[in-house]
Amino acid sequence: MDDRVILRVGAKILIPFILLFALYVQFHGDYGPGGGFQAGVIFAAGFILYALVYGLGTAKRALPPQAVYVCAALGVLIYAGVGFVTLGLGGEFLAYNVLAHDPEHGQEYGILFVELGVLITVFGSMVAFFYAFAGRRKIQT
Amino acid sequence: MVELVDVAVLLLLCVTALAIIRQRNLFAAVMMTGIYSLLSAGLFVVMDAVDVAFTEAAVGAGISTVLMLGTLALVGHQEHKPKHRPILPLLVVVLTGGVLVYGTLDMPPFGDPDNPIHHHVAPHYLEESEHEIGIPNVVTSVLASYRGYDTMGETTVVFAAVVGVLLLLARGPGPRRVLVNGRWMTVAREEEPPELEGDAESGGSDAPEPRESDDG
Repeated sequence: MDDRVILRVGAKILIPFILLFALYVQFHGDYGPGGGFQAGVIFAAGFILYALVYGLGTAKRALPPQAVYVCAALGVLIYAGVGFVTLGLGGEFLAYNVLAHDPEHGQEYGILFVELGVLITVFGSMVAFFYAFAGRRKIQT
Repeated sequence: MVELVDVAVLLLLCVTALAIIRQRNLFAAVMMTGIYSLLSAGLFVVMDAVDVAFTEAAVGAGISTVLMLGTLALVGHQEHKPKHRPILPLLVVVLTGGVLVYGTLDMPPFGDPDNPIHHHVAPHYLEESEHEIGIPNVVTSVLASYRGYDTMGETTVVFAAVVGVLLLLARGPGPRRVLVNGRWMTVAREEEPPELEGDAESGGSDAPEPRESDDG
């Protein structure tokens, strides 16, 4: 991998923009196409590009598999947690109106956190898939 | 004009699918599945399902292509010649396709505003989303708020998929316990597990020495 200078430099230039675009998709989901699922996948794609160009070992040093597994579970917990917060505030499960004084703001907060949970789970899952596939050794035939 | 685009994209889809079937080089086949996903994404855009197109382009053309390439690195690039004539599978596929097409004959016409689906909760979502949720993209308000339960289920499904894949493919991060000849042993992370079959007498002395656990 060390001799592929164009690939390495090109990836180094591209990756920040891919990650930034993922965040744009995440936070612009209220206004245009996109949301947690797409943003999570794009974020993961940016990181997987890094892993492809710089090697699996480097990528695992940057983001250990344990952290990825925690991400995959954490997103679901955040999502369900929003539901329990709304329950605790006297509303129904995942009815966001009670999250703020103004129901519209409550909805906005609710969607923000729920989409954040989706983003984290999808990102963690995609990278975990990649680690699982790429970490296998070649079958000896 | 839109019909022309539809026909063109569908034709390209068919061509790509046929090319994938004919292709014996798996690397090229994987690349063409990426093209297939990209074309599907284009089709979804024509159908005004931009969010779906987005997902298809990102997952189908992006991540799953990478996963397939990762698999190819393990299994090799060349597909073996099938040993049998694929007549029966062809028959099953044609029959299933025919039944599916027959099934669509009963479906309401595509995009007709009188379709039942547009008279259940959809008008409420479209008209009230602005006041009830307060964000302009109705897709997001349906996905995250009106149908929040569904999306939570989907997120859980993604998580469950991770658990399944990790159980099947990944080697655990820490030392793992394996059952060898009826005894539980702890093996360090990078070591191969001792041979499962054979030499029970020698105690697997040729394998990397498994550390016997205290609580076994």
